[in-house]
Order: sequence, then C-alpha cells, then structure tokens
Amino acid sequence: MIVVASRNLNTAYAFFERNWNLTRRYFGWEVVWFVYSVVNALTILFIAAATERITGQAVDTRFFVLYLLIGTTMWSYLSAVFDVVAETIAWERWEGTIEYTLMAPVPRSLHLLGTCCYAVTYAVARALLIFGVVAMLFQVDIRQANALTAMIVVAVGSISVIGLAIVAAVLPLLFTERGAQMTFVIHSSLLLISGVYAPVDVLPSWLQVLSPLSPMTYVLRSVRAGLLDGAPPGAVSGDLVILALMGLALVPAGLLVFRTAERYARRTGRLKRSG
Amino acid sequence: MNVIATLQSAQSALALHAVSKSFGGRQLLRLPWRADGERRRVLAVDDVSLNVRRGEIFGVLGANGSGKSTLVRLVSTLLLPDAGSLEVFGLDVVRNELRVKQMINRVSVDAAFFKKLSPMENLLYAGRLYGLGADDSHRKGLEVLARLGISKKVALAPMEHMSRGMQQKVAIARALLTSPVLLLLDEPTTGLDPRSKKDVQQMVLRLREEHDATVLLTTHDMEEADRLCDRVAVLDHGRIIALDTPEHLKQAGGSMEDVFMRLTHEEEAEEEAA
Repeated sequence: MIVVASRNLNTAYAFFERNWNLTRRYFGWEVVWFVYSVVNALTILFIAAATERITGQAVDTRFFVLYLLIGTTMWSYLSAVFDVVAETIAWERWEGTIEYTLMAPVPRSLHLLGTCCYAVTYAVARALLIFGVVAMLFQVDIRQANALTAMIVVAVGSISVIGLAIVAAVLPLLFTERGAQMTFVIHSSLLLISGVYAPVDVLPSWLQVLSPLSPMTYVLRSVRAGLLDGAPPGAVSGDLVILALMGLALVPAGLLVFRTAERYARRTGRLKRSG
Repeated sequence: MNVIATLQSAQSALALHAVSKSFGGRQLLRLPWRADGERRRVLAVDDVSLNVRRGEIFGVLGANGSGKSTLVRLVSTLLLPDAGSLEVFGLDVVRNELRVKQMINRVSVDAAFFKKLSPMENLLYAGRLYGLGADDSHRKGLEVLARLGISKKVALAPMEHMSRGMQQKVAIARALLTSPVLLLLDEPTTGLDPRSKKDVQQMVLRLREEHDATVLLTTHDMEEADRLCDRVAVLDHGRIIALDTPEHLKQAGGSMEDVFMRLTHEEEAEEEAA
C-alpha cells in the first residue's frame, strides 16, 4: 500500500515539478505578470484613497483601502488557482504535448491532483507577494486582523474553487480553438457575482440570486471578517461549513465532468494539438 | 495478471479486428445561423484487421490522409474506435486502457515538447508519468541521450534552439526511457535531413535488437519501409489494400515506390469504375 501511495505521489508530482520548471523558464513573463497585478491593485486602491476627495464626504479611508486590498489579493489568489487548473489542457495544446500527456498511464485524478497542488502553492506565493508589496506602499495597518481565520477560510475555500476550475478545464478539451477563451466567461462572471470589490447586496436582485452559488462569495466574506474585524474562526463557521460542502460536491463533480468530456473528446478526435 | 505474464501469454503484439473510425457529422454546438452545422462525415479507418507479431517492425504505408495517423492514435488510446476492437499483447485497448498505456509509447512526426524546458526536464517529466523516480529518470535519460549523440550540456539547455533532427532524437529518447514493448512511430523521419534520418532509422533497428520491442512504423517513405520493415500494410482511404513482406510485394517487379504507385492507382481505377 505504501509502495502504491509513493508511486502515485511520484506521478502526481510530475505535474507539480513540470509546472514549477515552466514557471522558472518563463520567469520574465512571471515578472511582467506580477508587475501588472501590483499596478492593477494599486489602481483600485487609489480609488479608495481618493473617495473622500471625489465625494466630499467623510470616509474611513484606511478601512476602505484594506477592504479593497483584501478583494484584489483574494481575487489574485483565487483567479491564479482557477487559471492554472483551467489551463491544464489549454497549455498542453499550445505546447503540442497534449497527446503525450494524455496517453501516459496516469489516472486523471492524479493528473489533476498534481496540477491543483501546484496551482495552490503558486497562487499563495503570488498573492502574498502582491499583498506584501501593496500593503507596504499604502502602509496598511493589519494589527487587528485574525490571520488564522483567513488562512482556514482560504484552505477550505480553495477546494471548491479547484472543483469549479476542473469543470472549466473541460472547455479547452471540447472546443479546440476557443475553449481557453471560454473559461474567461466563467472567470469574469465569478468576479461580478462574488463581491470582490463591493458587497454583493449592491448587485441588482437578479444577480444577487447567483452570488450564493459562487464559493468565492463565502471566501471573501469570511476573509474580510477575519482581517477587517478580527473575527475568530468560530465566527465564520457557517461559511466554512458551506465551503466544505461545496468542495465535497464540486471536486467529484468536476472529475466526473472531466472524465466524461475526455471520453467524448476521444470519440470525436479532439485530443490533438491544434484545432 | 502482471505485465510480464501478459507479454508471455500474448500471441501477437498488436491485433486489430475490423476496426473503423470516422470523424465529422454532428457538431457539439450547432448554431442555427451557421450553414456548416452539419459537417461531412469522413471515414478515416475502414474495417481494418491486422496482426503484428512480437519483435516485428511492421510498416503502415499510405499517402497523406490515408488513415495512418488515425490508426496510430487508436492504438495510443487517444481515439475510441467506432467499431471493432484493438488488442495490445492480448489486452483490449479500451477496456484495459491504463495497462495498455504502460506498454506503449509513441514518436510522432512533430517532436512535441515543452520547448522552454531542457531535454532532461522533459525526460524527467515523462519518466515520472511512467513510474520512474527522479534519480532513475535522470540516470537513464542521460544514458539514452548520450547514445543518441546528445551531450550533457545540450541535455540541460532549453529545447527551443535545437534543430528538428535533434528534437526528434530527444523524442526517441523519451520513448526509450519508458521501455515500451510496443513502440508507435508515426512518420518519425518526415522532414529530417538525410543524416538525421539515417540516425533515426539505425536507432529503430537497434531498438528491436537491444530492447526486444515491437515497432509499428507509419511512413510514406517507401525506401524507409523497404529497409526497416519485416512486413508492410498499404493503407488507402482507410482500408488495407495490401499486406505482405516488402520482398513479396516487390516480386511483381520494381521498387517499393513502384509497388505503392501501382496498388494505389489500381484502387483509384476500381473506385472510378464503381
């Protein structure tokens, strides 16, 4: 049993190691992407810094800056997880390696496990860097924050985000030419309905109906409770239960959808490098 | 049954029974304003049956679009057959997918790699996928690359600046690393210069001698087929129109190229008459 587990870990690690090697080799691109993300976060945070001047009303600017900083950082984290997993197939198509990877004797669950582990590691490192740089520039005060709450919420919430991302990874599998772009629709819809930059109750009622369907809604709400109000983990237990249930449902559902789509792609000849 | 027992008990390395595969027809998303919503159905492989013996180099010849690559992709588990069955060392390719995958590997016309990664990084990835640890992959990878004339320095540099011939050698190294008992070579020498082509062909012969591997080789290079293959099947419009040793096929006179031209011409004439 230990031998089998060790062999499975070695197989899953192939994807982690490959992605790490790709990140190293594309380091210049990572720097560009990081600078873009920091500039993007700064642009959003300056809206908070200028609100008092724009509206002429008294605003708790420090609170507002932290509120938006949490939004940009969490969005950076969650979208990095989502992108890395959802691009599992798209990337292989660009590189032309899809046939070699999919004809290897690897269960799809191990393939996706390795990819997801790398996605979470990469996204955590990237989000912490962005948070650190931006918080330093804005001299954000987070002494009241309960970091443990934020960490637990992110850990539990990531599972359901991974489940959603596995479902999104199916699009490049089915639509050889534009599948990767189709994942952007899911991505941007999550940005709209999850309360990344504003509370979901400012959305029109027909959109608010969709907010509870996004795991990111609960992640953002609870991380804000932890970092803005210093709420302990117990105070967000309701959201944690919902996130855990979503993760339990979405990951197996994602795997099932992926396997079904892969079978369809093998039947129709879509597992090839180009459209 | 383990892999060794499977290999010992199997009568043939590869057996295809009345295999057919077609593409096209209904699309996943049918848009009402698109006239091409219903695409033409193309029969790529049409009722193909053949047996490849263990240790044999078996050639599949055919023009572009004759169904050679579809046949290889069916054996590689990348496609599901519409009809018929395929067996690799007695194991059904669809029902025993993972076990079959452990026994095969493939080199295709385009050496597909993560081009920013080095040959060793690509080989390490492939090795792990086939159950090799990092140390084994590294040691064996360097050995195989050295045998193919690729130095350690080149093995550690990104592949993007390597020539196509060199990349194809790394593709062969990747396949050898996993010790496949059935190697699928899909036009491995197409587009290579004469020297690289000769190197690859010698590698194929050595592979059979040293590794006891069975090779399925698709090509439209008749000279290559004549030189390397024990038997060849000529594929035309997805159907086998001849299957024999190169010597027997040439008995009617001429080179393999003459044989191929004659066979495919006869087939076209029959179709026109029909």
